[in-house]
Amino acid sequence: MPDAKGASFLLDSPGPLVDALRRQGWRVIGPKLGQGAIVYEEIESAADLPRGLTDEQEGGHYRLREGDPDRWFDYVVGPQNWKKWLFPARQKLWSAERSKDGFSVESHEDEWPKTAIFGARACEIAAIEVQDRVFDNGDFADSGYTKRRAGMLIVAVQCARSAATCFCASMNTGPRAEAGFDVALTELETGGFLVECGSDAGAAVLDGLELADASAAQQQAGEAVSHKAAAEQTRTMPANVESVLRDNLDHPRWEEVAERCLSCANCTLACPTCFCSDVEEVNDLSGDHAERWRVWDSCFSLDFSYIHGGAVRRSTLSRYRQWMTHKLSSWHDQFGTSGCVGCGRCIAWCPVGIDITEEAGAIAAEPLAQEV
Amino acid sequence: MSVSAATDPMLPRRYRVRKTWKELADVSTMELEALEGQSMAFQPGQFNMLYAFGVGEVAISISGDPAEEGKLVHTIRDVGAVSGALASVSDGDMIGVRGPFGSAWPVAEQTGRHIVFVAGGLGLAPLRPAIYHVLNNRDQYAGLTVVYGSRSPHDLLYAEEVRGWKSRFDTEIEVTVDHAEPGWTGQVGVVTVPLDRALAGNNGAEVSAFVCGPEIMMRFSVMSLKAAGVSEDKIWISMERNMKCAIGFCGHCQFGGDFICRDGPVFRHDHVAKLINRKEV
Amino acid sequence: MEIHSVGEILAAHPVFRDFDEDTLDLLAGCARNEHFHADQTIYSEGDEASKVFLIREGDVAVEISAPNHNPLVVETLRAGDVLGWSWMVPPYQHMSGARALNDVRAISLDAVCMRDKNEDNPELGYQMFKHFVPHMATRFRALRLQLLDVYGTRRG
Repeated sequence: MPDAKGASFLLDSPGPLVDALRRQGWRVIGPKLGQGAIVYEEIESAADLPRGLTDEQEGGHYRLREGDPDRWFDYVVGPQNWKKWLFPARQKLWSAERSKDGFSVESHEDEWPKTAIFGARACEIAAIEVQDRVFDNGDFADSGYTKRRAGMLIVAVQCARSAATCFCASMNTGPRAEAGFDVALTELETGGFLVECGSDAGAAVLDGLELADASAAQQQAGEAVSHKAAAEQTRTMPANVESVLRDNLDHPRWEEVAERCLSCANCTLACPTCFCSDVEEVNDLSGDHAERWRVWDSCFSLDFSYIHGGAVRRSTLSRYRQWMTHKLSSWHDQFGTSGCVGCGRCIAWCPVGIDITEEAGAIAAEPLAQEV
Repeated sequence: MSVSAATDPMLPRRYRVRKTWKELADVSTMELEALEGQSMAFQPGQFNMLYAFGVGEVAISISGDPAEEGKLVHTIRDVGAVSGALASVSDGDMIGVRGPFGSAWPVAEQTGRHIVFVAGGLGLAPLRPAIYHVLNNRDQYAGLTVVYGSRSPHDLLYAEEVRGWKSRFDTEIEVTVDHAEPGWTGQVGVVTVPLDRALAGNNGAEVSAFVCGPEIMMRFSVMSLKAAGVSEDKIWISMERNMKCAIGFCGHCQFGGDFICRDGPVFRHDHVAKLINRKEV
Repeated sequence: MEIHSVGEILAAHPVFRDFDEDTLDLLAGCARNEHFHADQTIYSEGDEASKVFLIREGDVAVEISAPNHNPLVVETLRAGDVLGWSWMVPPYQHMSGARALNDVRAISLDAVCMRDKNEDNPELGYQMFKHFVPHMATRFRALRLQLLDVYGTRRG
């Protein structure tokens, strides 16, 4: 069957697609149940998918619940995101070996089998595109990231529902992924999946499957799923947040939020776009072998801004302000896009339930008078 | 989007320490030569990431003459584990170097103007390549003033060389220290004092100023420059923030929308004026 | 004749150049030429602030002494600078010492004479404060920067 980019088909279950990917040599990483949450790990078949589960999310709250046992993807995003694969929390950069006249340097590249990420949501695809800009900034490209990203296939799942923490609609990143995927699945209300082909690589995967063409009505039913999910969202980001935050660095609201913020860095770890890292020197006991490792870091740690003499951002206020103004405002200066994709992870995984939309909204509602 | 290991910007090149000497009690200078590939071309104000085997990596500005090919010079103060290891290397040792990174002092674009360098403490090191440029091309500039302040006479960097600059008839060199014991025959007072004096005799509109030192010292110096009529778009400063990667990936050196490592370290003052007086940005 | 030349010197000084001729003549009555050789003490900490000096030539070290320490030079002044402001503020005592670093020529203004003239003529007093305060403000700004010890080398 000649599959083509842009075409739509029907599929009964995700099983054959997972099998086809694996048959064609793709390692498949997808959602799984782990530690009471949805995590992203390698799956061997559709049986590994957490079918029948749904989630309940709020500020500082995440619970999985039993849902309709026939539904495959009624949960939304969990504590993990795809950066754990593309931008690993610990990554060896290179190593050095002591020699007679100094040391030798050896570059290092991790193995990366061609990998399909299965079940990426619209906000997560947007986040990957944000990190694409971070790790290839025009002057420099991160070799590991570039390699992993190039050897990757994205199977999107269009969200059929939203959690209370979701606000992708107001960030224009979802709930429907319009591009950025190779294959996209929409779980229809009547059961079965609408399959969209987004690329030639996607077409090659679909080529081996028995697929019926989707009718115009079925395509509309797929879009209706996304409309319904969008309509469920209650949280919104102020449209002018970029300029409002830039102009309100001295707003009293920062003090209020700093009183609640624990500076725990959960938000930065859960965030699919946060990219800050540190580089560590790791030595063996002999002292003859040294390795350089890149590890995730967070702007919430005191050491993060350390220059000789002390840290630049000593107060929680300054660190929260740095995180939020960077995410929502100065990110535009750096990468021409917001750093927020509206996934709501920072809300759900904040131990004290700080809500980025509420904080941005409070400042936008009562901005400080501007000096002219 | 393909990058080979050879161009991996995180991978250092090996350099041999040709010669090293102590400048001050806790400051050393080293001359380096590349062991592989070509020698490094750089612009005044740029920096390198220097790697000490088994210890780590740190951002250090280049302090040599950009016109001298094949010689890379760094001056390093021992303020921590990595800088301490680098400040205590010996002749013949090997270190790793990545760079050059960052923006430059646009001194070559300011021909015809009166160039004022204001250096505080170790801030003379990143300015020295630009000072060399003006000294080497002195006839292209209307004037050259260097105002250099440090904590005490024992903390004056490149003291002999500065005396040499002073002995030229086409320079105005003012050296001052914050504190001194009797016996010191030079000036005592913060850097703004001789700066104010030097500016008093000049037309601020003809001045292009390059300022480098601790952030507070730069803020006070900029106040003096502006009071003397130097336009904010003719003042450049060099910012310091924590840097881990130098290529815009690690996020540590952010200052508002800028990465100090890529958009800086040298900024035209009007670009950073809004944020530089704010606390904890 | 000499008094007139002091008036001219005053007129050329940054602190006094905006004063009119009559005022300068009046102040010149409080003024005299001073000469100090290298290392000579100009005044010591605690001395009555009987004079203020306008330095014409040479360099002056402002010092603070401590019993267990060599005197610390906190500031050097040179031609064009004003030395001493304690003459304006009770109890009219110098809070630091001053020593000539080389051959110093200066104009001194007698403090009592100046204060009397200012008391008699509040307009002159106001002008005097107006021109001295910016000089003091600059010194305070420098002092603050000095206090911050910005070149500190605390190890990390």
